[in-house]
Amino acid sequence: MVDLWDGMSRAFWLVVTLDAELVEIALRSLQVTLIALVVASAIALPMAALLTVRRFKARRTVIAVLNALMGLPPVVVGLVVYVLLSRSGPFGVLGLLFTPTAMVIAQVIIIVPLIASIAHQSLRDLWAEYHDLLISMNVTQFQKISTLLWDARRALLTASLAGFGRAIGEVGAIMIVGGNIDHSTRVLTTAIALETGKGDFALALGLGFVLIALAIVVNLAIHWLGRTEREGRW
Amino acid sequence: MSTLFPLVAKGAITSRRGKVLVGPVDLTLDGRGTCVVIGPNGAGKTTLLRLLHGAARLTKGSITWACPTEQARHNQAFVFQRPVMLRRSVEENLIYPLRAHGMPKAEARDLAQNWAERVGLQEMLRRPAPVLSGGEQQKLALARALIINPKLVFLDEPCASLDGRAMREIEAILHEASSNGTRLVLSTHDMGQARRLADTVVFLLNGQVHEQAPSSKFFTAPETPQAAAFLKGDIVE
Ligand SMILES: Nc1ncnc2c1ncn2[C@@H]1O[C@H](COP(=O)(O)OP(=O)(O)OP(=O)(O)O)[C@@H](O)[C@H]1O
Ligand SMILES: [Mg+2]
Repeated sequence: MVDLWDGMSRAFWLVVTLDAELVEIALRSLQVTLIALVVASAIALPMAALLTVRRFKARRTVIAVLNALMGLPPVVVGLVVYVLLSRSGPFGVLGLLFTPTAMVIAQVIIIVPLIASIAHQSLRDLWAEYHDLLISMNVTQFQKISTLLWDARRALLTASLAGFGRAIGEVGAIMIVGGNIDHSTRVLTTAIALETGKGDFALALGLGFVLIALAIVVNLAIHWLGRTEREGRW
Repeated sequence: MSTLFPLVAKGAITSRRGKVLVGPVDLTLDGRGTCVVIGPNGAGKTTLLRLLHGAARLTKGSITWACPTEQARHNQAFVFQRPVMLRRSVEENLIYPLRAHGMPKAEARDLAQNWAERVGLQEMLRRPAPVLSGGEQQKLALARALIINPKLVFLDEPCASLDGRAMREIEAILHEASSNGTRLVLSTHDMGQARRLADTVVFLLNGQVHEQAPSSKFFTAPETPQAAAFLKGDIVE
């Protein structure tokens, strides 16, 4: 109980004094996660749309695999990315291990299945509605996909936000491929793990509150953007 | 000018899980006038229209156009029994098929404005199409079909949820489209409408073309007892 209170007040002071290290860590968390989110969405959303409109043999299998990959253990992803990027690994020459880029790669792998699966569900519903019309209008595959993505954009935003939530709170994979190096790859979650390990529960809690606040603020901001857009149009 | 026609269906059948829904249908459509498809519920009117349009699978037989099928598909439109609204504004619903055909945006907007006025939706251009009333949605669906100036339009009960006045408006638009050279194939349950619009009548029963005749002949002297009973309003088995 004391720890909780202590943590909250420490967190409060860290935030109001804009503690340089806290700001640096928080910004890096945000940066890594947002980049991962953009990259993952750019992969997952068109993929979900393609899975919706294309009828090919392995379609069901691909969807089942995607759903299964949603539950991919991040630590394992981290391990695999580590092996691939390590000096002796196939991508070792790129020298990406223990850089923010490596963290982005791990996060992208973790959230692409999540975003694609959720997006696919809403796109499938919309496609059921649009199917006859778009077939009748004889539009191209590309037009089908862009129409679905555009008209389902609000549901897709929610899918992306779920990915954001998963990525910003992720610690296992990031710790492995990033290494939690001070001023380089330390982010909120790895810092929390470190402080907890050192026994500084108050600071760890403080960082935890900052993490939660960050996630909430980003969600609200994106929802607010979505709403103004809707009201502006309709 | 009309290179689509004649449309020739030979022994065309569409089936689902081994059950024949419609067919075999032998039908020839030339390039003029309005063909009205009538028949009791479940007779296969919707399925026949979809089959001719290319939206239902052709299980057996053939359906051929005077031009390559792809070109034919490009020159026709379909108005569904239950209107499908894009989750966009009325204006964007109207613009959509034009843009898909590659028309520049400004030109498409003008045309959309024009068509909205013709169907009485000019006040609602900015409203989301899904919130329109059933009748308004049907008018929008009709305008969205005709806006590309197709050579052939399939209309599946286009006036099903319209009141008398709206029906007159729609029929006037259909008349105009027809006299401008658009071929119409329309299904309806309204015998008054069938009489007003039809040049030829196709009477469907149990998935078969039971009778096919010029409208003047069909309505005065139907050949089969079933058609006569249907026209009188009796239940046809
Ligand atoms: N996808 C489908 N799968 C199975 N049966 C179908 C399918 N589509 C239509 N049917 C069946 O085919 C028959 C013809 O249906 P259709 O919708 O063409 O009738 P309709 O003449 O348009 O009827 P209504 O006047 O009620 O609109 C019906 O018995 C219907 O249940
Ligand atoms: Mg029908």
